[in-house]
Amino acid sequence: MSKGNGIYPEDLKYTKEHEWLAVNGGVGTVGITHYAQSELGDIVYVELPAAGSPVVAGEEFGTVESVKAVSEIFAPVSGEVLEVNTALATSPETINKDPYGDGWLLKLKLADSKELDALMTAAEYRKYIEEEAN
Amino acid sequence: MPSAAGPLKTTALTRLFRDMGARMVDFAGWELPVQFSSVLEEHQAVRTAAGLFDVSHMGEVEVRGRAALEVVQKLTSNDVSRLGPGQAQYTALTTDKGTFVDDIIVYRRDEDDFLLVVNASNTDKDFAWIASQARGQVEVINASARYAQLALQGPRARAILQTLVQVPLAPIRSFHFIETAVGGTKCIVARTGYTGEDGFEIYAPPGDAPDLFSALVREGSPHGLLPCGLGARDTLRLEARLLLYGNDLDETTTVLEAGLDSIVKLGKGPFIGSEALTREKERGPLRRLMGFEMIDAGIPRHGYPIRVEGAETGAVTSGTFGPTVKKSIGLAYFPSRAAGVGTRFSVGIRGRDAQAVIVPTPFYRRAH
Repeated sequence: MSKGNGIYPEDLKYTKEHEWLAVNGGVGTVGITHYAQSELGDIVYVELPAAGSPVVAGEEFGTVESVKAVSEIFAPVSGEVLEVNTALATSPETINKDPYGDGWLLKLKLADSKELDALMTAAEYRKYIEEEAN
Repeated sequence: MPSAAGPLKTTALTRLFRDMGARMVDFAGWELPVQFSSVLEEHQAVRTAAGLFDVSHMGEVEVRGRAALEVVQKLTSNDVSRLGPGQAQYTALTTDKGTFVDDIIVYRRDEDDFLLVVNASNTDKDFAWIASQARGQVEVINASARYAQLALQGPRARAILQTLVQVPLAPIRSFHFIETAVGGTKCIVARTGYTGEDGFEIYAPPGDAPDLFSALVREGSPHGLLPCGLGARDTLRLEARLLLYGNDLDETTTVLEAGLDSIVKLGKGPFIGSEALTREKERGPLRRLMGFEMIDAGIPRHGYPIRVEGAETGAVTSGTFGPTVKKSIGLAYFPSRAAGVGTRFSVGIRGRDAQAVIVPTPFYRRAH
């Protein structure tokens, strides 16, 4: 596969629970990865915290549900929720269609930029997925 | 992945499905496709065009001989004597408490020749139970390995199947069947199903099943047919309030509690469980299986607790997001005093009490 293909974008950070994080200044945008949406199948429901809520790195902050399964979402880093993607309430399938774009879940005000060091790069995440598949 | 009981059982179609790239799962010890493309697309195909399912894991028990009618009458709650050859009926294999050994379909192939189609996970149990109750001139055979079963479901099902069958299918009414060649293979073709749509269940020799499956996909594709997995099967059956053994029914739930009064024929004479069901009918069931929809956000799932006026009264037996009704729906047993349509209660969804309301069922009924 080519570098920076649509499945593992190069400019994102990744977790072992298959969330991604895009950092822009002190603000992080969080979503679930292509792999996560593909494993879940058709997503029909999303539960997210309200703006203003605190989230803690590694702790559950919401759920994504497909027809068959419930999957918890874990915060890649700590911070305060600035904005949630309210369009997902009526069109949760956007996560399947565009997991790294319009399917984003929420934006966070990052509490501690040192936490970013614990996250995987695209290359590391890809290796992690390939190992998990085997 | 192997189950605790050893390697997964496969059907005649498992290899084909792996090649097709279907997502395979362990279902009651069988390796079966949960989805081919997308549960929602497959669900929608069945509601608007057609879908094709492999349900070869279902068990088949043959009961034949001069005492066959008497034996089947004793074992089941519905009245098999009402069936002529070529007719089928949904019924319960009952315990002496009036609960379910299984829910099954009985096909009467001839005066003295019955085919009982049972749930995959119950095949061995049912066969042993039926054999243990057989008296007189009767033969009970676990014939499951001799039958593959394909379910072709949806408004286009008849047109698609007709391309492979010589005799006209239109005259076959619901819960009737014929024995005829499908694409050159002798099959039982029954107008039955588990989706709430018109459609057929086709019983074929396993060796011919892959060719038959491929032929139906080829003939059906121009009509919008999709191969379908267990995921869509579950959402389709739940919208139509068709019950699932092990979730909605088991040996602790009575046929009347499940709301299946129409398959309890107390006037037909004694059968296993008839005394218990007669008493229950007189005093009324203590609890009832009812359908509900969520008022608050969230999807009810099997096992989530049900609370009526703050007290836990049971658990969700089946629940999902209904793709056609576009609502979160479910089934649960409620105490009879709190089982009326319109009753509000809550479902415990991951520690949160979400409001729901009992509604009339089925959730979905086809228009034609």
